[in-house]
Parts: sequence; structure tokens; C-alpha cells
Amino acid sequence: MTGNEAVAEAMRQVNPDVVAAYPITPQTEIVQIFSTFVADGLVKTEFVTVESEHSAMSATIGAAAAGARAMTATSSQGFALMWEMLYIAAGLRLPIVMPVVNRALSAPINIHCDHSDTMGARDSGWIQIFSENAQEAYDNVIQAVRIAESRDVLLPAMVCMDGFIVSHGMESVKLLKDEEVRGFIGGYEPAYSLLDVDHPITVGALDFADWYFEHKRQEAAAEVPVAEVVRRVGEEYGKLSGRSYGLFEAYRLDDAEVAVVALGSTAGTAKAVVDELRREGVRAGVLKIRLYRPFPGDEIVRVLSGVKAIAVLDRSDTFSTMGGPVFIDIKASMYAPIYDDSVYDDSVHGPVRGSTHDRDARDTGARDTTQRPVIVNYIYGLGGRDIDLEQIRKVYERLQAIATTGEAGQCVSYLGVRE
Amino acid sequence: MDEKGWRDVPIAGLIIEPGTARGYKTGEWRTHRPVWDPEKCINCFLCWIYCPDSAIQVKDGKVAGIDLEHCKGCGICAHECPSKVRAINMVLESEAEAEDGGKGNEETGGEANRGEADSDKADCGKAGCERGSVKW
Amino acid sequence: MANLRELSRKDELLTGGHRACAGCGAPVAVRQVLKAVDTPVVVGCATGCLEVTTTIYPYSAWNVPFIHSAFENVAATVSGIEAAYRSLKRQGRIQRDIQFVAFGGDGGTYDIGFQALSGAMERGHDMVYICYDNQAYMNTGIQRSSATPRGAATTTSPAGRVATGGKSQYRKDLTAVMAAHDIPYVAQTTISHWNDLITKVRKAFAVEGPAFVNILAPCRLGWQIDSADSIEICRKAVDTCFWPLYEVENGVWKITVKPKEKKPITEWLRPQGRFRHLFKPGNEKIIEEIQADVDRRWEMLQKRCEVGGAGMMPRE
Repeated sequence: MTGNEAVAEAMRQVNPDVVAAYPITPQTEIVQIFSTFVADGLVKTEFVTVESEHSAMSATIGAAAAGARAMTATSSQGFALMWEMLYIAAGLRLPIVMPVVNRALSAPINIHCDHSDTMGARDSGWIQIFSENAQEAYDNVIQAVRIAESRDVLLPAMVCMDGFIVSHGMESVKLLKDEEVRGFIGGYEPAYSLLDVDHPITVGALDFADWYFEHKRQEAAAEVPVAEVVRRVGEEYGKLSGRSYGLFEAYRLDDAEVAVVALGSTAGTAKAVVDELRREGVRAGVLKIRLYRPFPGDEIVRVLSGVKAIAVLDRSDTFSTMGGPVFIDIKASMYAPIYDDSVYDDSVHGPVRGSTHDRDARDTGARDTTQRPVIVNYIYGLGGRDIDLEQIRKVYERLQAIATTGEAGQCVSYLGVRE
Repeated sequence: MDEKGWRDVPIAGLIIEPGTARGYKTGEWRTHRPVWDPEKCINCFLCWIYCPDSAIQVKDGKVAGIDLEHCKGCGICAHECPSKVRAINMVLESEAEAEDGGKGNEETGGEANRGEADSDKADCGKAGCERGSVKW
Repeated sequence: MANLRELSRKDELLTGGHRACAGCGAPVAVRQVLKAVDTPVVVGCATGCLEVTTTIYPYSAWNVPFIHSAFENVAATVSGIEAAYRSLKRQGRIQRDIQFVAFGGDGGTYDIGFQALSGAMERGHDMVYICYDNQAYMNTGIQRSSATPRGAATTTSPAGRVATGGKSQYRKDLTAVMAAHDIPYVAQTTISHWNDLITKVRKAFAVEGPAFVNILAPCRLGWQIDSADSIEICRKAVDTCFWPLYEVENGVWKITVKPKEKKPITEWLRPQGRFRHLFKPGNEKIIEEIQADVDRRWEMLQKRCEVGGAGMMPRE
């Protein structure tokens, strides 16, 4: 099945109380398929066919604030139209789950894959999980429900998959049984509900300088346990499905001297290149980031610490002369551990063993910053431009040269563009 | 500044008790005070239906006074009181205060319809968290 | 026919202690609307004066569940709440009957929120949308909206030295636009006519499906009137036929309050400071044109009502 079909299937099995959505290429298929589930009585969902994506997210927010398990899905310009409401969904701490089929942003208009849409919302407070293929997109939607609704978290989550490449590509996908999914996600107990008319609450009050900061501080704190929750849910999902998930996939990284970092379908291509290179005796690896927001920077740096040269592949640009967003994040993470005691407080969440913010792990995080790997950045694949094995192989060849000489040369390059 | 920290208030800026605005006294805004004459009042309730501040107090189906803690002194009640009745007159707040020693209008400032909320109810803190689900 | 004594026994769902200006029309509209509801009600509100003044954290003036999320989307937000209600009710997860009301100012309704409103009405959500129309963006400091009447001076349509006439366009007739959505109930009313207002809002809640009620509610700062005159000025709007009170019930148009004698438009314009410049020499023509426009619209409305909709076929 296609990625869109797999995601629609996951949504059917999650069986949300409300879905409010608007069609946009390449997400449209999800909405169409889901509407047939509604029409055929396969779900209990109220399906709201809104007149725009802004209203899609607004209605989803309203439904979630009314205590419903609520979902939507979008792409690109539609995602951009939701922008205002993304921050509101996170600020109101509503555990909405939204599949996003990644597509380039206008202008010029383009319907094909890159990550410009969701990357722009990386600081909106949403959890962002990237999927390599249809199987992962399916698995991630189901897990995202548990992650977002976790009482330690209560944040909205978007599950990203590459437009057309994954959304329309055919592959075999292993589905769980309906009752397995329902058992895994469990019933939904909202943190608050507007429909509890005996206990009227005010949602979305005007928050001046005397309290706004505290409420945003809470939101920042809610991001901290996400990594641990993602890992826990990923392990539990592995027991159910045989497919475990963590924060990222470290592919042949243990002894790697050169490594590529990528998100989404490109990681699969990079893995194929690594297999070739390994056969040739090159110690190459791939880091595929799954949880992109909140960014598990400390853990990523730790897993890359033995690598001599790293290339970060970004399928979007920041147009800041700083390189792509993933590159910027990893570079920042290499400088020093991010969190300190004032941010992560055991007394509130209890000790979270083995997490990014585990005290012991953090203590060892006082790393020697003079021994950092050399890191370069490639921006590639904008607007659906193909990336193939040969291009990635060239990246590894450059990394081998960097690893030998220690000289990085130009830091940010554009891969696959006509010069 | 409030001593409570970010851990001590419900998530998302929720106000988890209804009607906490009652704890906020807008009566101080007044420059003119409505003085209600129960002798003249015919209980037509026009002042009550037109009051923007829910400040006309009603008890047992009769007008019982004016909530001076919240009345902003707009004068709508006096204006809308039927011209043949004129049971409400606007007087300068400073003069009214001089007359009642600054205590507010005891005759008209009854407790009817005031509700239970007071300023403590606007406490957004731990009391609310006891509802369990909305802690940060 | 509503009875004020009976209504006064009902709970006060909007408390005092909110921060609306003295003499503001919006809370009067809200109080009257909420007095018309018998079942529990969930309120959504667009960004604007009403939301801002009634929910300054940690003080909420609402004794009912309330949500504000953004400016242009209250109709969409309440659509989602109403969808959640239908879903949970169908699943047996809630038993209570609950009603839904969305409040928006004219900016959040006529302009930026118009798309969401139109969409929600077309989809048929069982909700009542209330526009409290004070005829400009008052919350940001009196800027013109598409509800601002011709001639009014606002901070973005000022009466200047050259352009002395204030806003040069006529207002959008949103009530008629909503009637064109062919939803079960559309009405126009104002706070001075509390009985008309409450009767209409009761009808709006009683119908199954969407209803829209447009309520003229003054901003005494924007209109530049005395705070005590907020109700009186609405009577003048009705008496001059600037703001006719009518309803469109299942496609049938009906004037609900017909002035005994139609007063000249100057009776509505003159007490308001925002129209002061129109009375300066040289601007007589503008007043004439405004009068002609009011006459034309009033005539048109009467014709529509004569045949229950000017040739439109009533539902049922």
C-alpha cells in the first residue's frame, strides 16, 4: 500500500472522535480514504470537512479542548496556513496528532517533497517525528497518539512523511490488528474538557506579562520528558509489533569514521550506500533522526562522538546563510550539553533513567569540545529533486577525504543543483 | 509579584474556576455613583437587563440594590429608568463617598446575588491542581 | 414574550468584574443572549474586546465553559467543539444536552472571520453565531471595518482636511449575506430591544442547525457618545431604520419591529461624535446620500418581507 493508505489505515484504527481536514496535494488521499471509512461506518469519527486548513486546525483545537481525541492531516501551503493555530494547539497543551505529508513551500509553487513546510514549525512546540517509509509512517501515527497524550507531555505531535516518495510509493506494510492498536493506545482521558459543563473552565484567557512567561515555561518543561516517553512507547510498540523504535536509528555507526545524518526516505538511500561502502571496507554509517522535535541533541552528539567526519543532509534551507536546520541543530548540540538542573528537575518528573536528561549521563556530558567531529552540510532535494545512490556516495567520498586531512573546506553545499 | 512559580499553576493558562472576575473590583473606576431609591423603584428590571456589569442586584424577584464593587458608574441604569419613575440618580462619587464615609452605599450594597467568589477565588494556584488533570 | 422578572431569577452567566469600558454594549448583548439559554451552553469567542476584557488571567467573567483561540476562527473552533459533542454523545460518553454559541465582533465576523463563519454555517453545525457589531475594530483602537457605516470617522478612515467625509464606503450588509446561506435562522437585533433580542436568540437556539444573529452593540468610545446613552443610541438606529430589526426564519423574511414613524437619519448620526464632521458645511451631500442609502435598503427589506422573501421560496 502507499504511505497515504497506511496513514489512513492507522487513523481508522486509532478511530479518533473528531477529524477535521482539508484536501491538499499530496495529503489528499488520506482525507479521501478516511472519508470512505466514515461513510462506511468503520469509525465513530465526526468528520468535519472544513473550508480551509486554518479552520482544520481550529476545529481540531476546539474538538480537543472539548475532550475529544482529534486529528487532522495536511501538507505544505495548508500547513503554512495553519501556522497561527499550531502555536495555539501547543500552548493550550492539546495532544492532537497530525500526519504531515512533506512538500515544498511556495514560491515558486511546487507539489513535490522537501521538508520546508514542517521545518519552519520546528519551534512551534509540536513534537515532530519523521518517517522513512510507509511502514514507519503507519507505526509512528499509532505511537504518536500515546506520546502526545502522555500525562508527562500533553503536547501535539506531527508525523512527517515524504510527499510522493512515501505518500504515493507502493510498499508492503505490516498492519496491526484493530484491537491491538486500540489496546495499545488505550481510551482517552482528556486533561480538561469544555463539555464538562458542571465545572466550567476558561480556555485561552488573555495572559499578560504577569503570567504568560510562567505558562510558556511550563510548555518548555513539557518538552523535556518527550524523549523518554518516545523511547518507552517505541519499546512497548516493539513488543507488540516486532518493530521497536527509539529517538533515531544509528545504522552501522558503532565503528564508523564517516557518517551521514538524514531524515525521512533519504536515510534509506544512505543506508544502501553504506552497505556498498562497507563491502569496500569503508567504515561508513548513517544516523537517521526520528524524533526531530524536541531535538535529542545530547544523545545525537553522543552517538556521533566517535565519527571523524559528518555530513548533515537537509531537505530544506533556512535561508539564513547558516545552512540547513538539522545542521544548525547538530552543530549547536556539539558545543555543550543543553540542559542543566534549572531546566530539568527530578522533583517534578521523577528521575528518568537512561534519558537524555539522566543525571549521570549529563555529568559525563562535560565533553572535550576540542575533539569534535568535523561537520559539513548539504542542502538537497528541494522541490522533489531526486537524490540517488551516486550523489550520496560522493558525499561519503568527501567525508573520507575530510577524515584523512581534518580539513572541511566549504561548510554548506548544495547537492544536486545545476551550477 | 505573585510568589507562585510556574510549577504551581494549571497548564496552558487555564482558568479552572468560573466567574473569578468577581474578585476583581471595577467599582474603583467610577466617577459617578448610581443611587437607588427602593421607595420609587417599580421593579421593572430595565436597569438590570441593560447593566453591562451585572451590577443590579436582584433578590426574590425584586431589585435589591447595586453592586458597587463592580458598578463602573456608566449611568445606563439611571438613563433607562422610566422617566416617570426616576428611582436611580447619578451623583458624583466623591460626594457620595463623603456622605457614607467612604464605605460604599450600605443601603444598596447588599450581598444579594453577589455569588460566593471573592478575590481568593481568582487564585489560579494549587487549589485548582487538585482537580488533578490540569497540573503542568 | 420574555419576562424580565422571570429572567432575573436565572443565574448570571457573565459576572461583573470584567474590564469592558463603562457603558460598553458588548457585555449587555452577552448578558441578554445568555439569559435566552436554558440548557448548559459552551461559549467560544473571537479575539476582540469581549474576549480581552472578560478573561484577563486569572480573572474570568464567564460562569460557563469558555474558549478563545484566535481572531478569525471562532466559527471553526466552535465547529470542532460541536463535532466533539456529537461524537461523544453518539458514543454515549456524554449524556447532557449542551448548546453552543460563538461570539465575534464585527471585525472577527464581517472581515477576518468571515470565511470560517461561512464555512461553519454551510456545514450545518448546530450552533448560534452572535456578532456583536460595534462597527469598527474597537479593540485595536477604532479602525474601520466592513461594518463601519459610511461617513464614520475612525482612526483609519479619519475626517481629514481634504477627505472630510470619514469612511467613504457603505457598510456590508452581513445579515443579508448570512440569509443567503439559507440556514434555518438569521436575525438582526439590538440591545435596546431586549425583548426582540431574547426572543430571536431563543429561536436561534431552538432551531436545529446553524443560526446567525447580528446584534448592534455600541462602543461608546468609538461612537463618541456618553456612556449612559449606549442603549438610547440603539433605539435611534432602529427608529431611523438604519438598523432594522428583522429575521429570516426558514427562508421567510419578517420585520419584527416596525418604527411607528421613520425618523430622519440625522437623529442617529447627530448624537455620535464619529459623525460630527458630516454636519460641517460642505458635507450636506454625504448626509443626503446616507439617507438615500438607508431609504433604499429599508425599501428593499420591506419588499422582501412583503412576500416572505422577494420571490424566494420559503423552506417547508
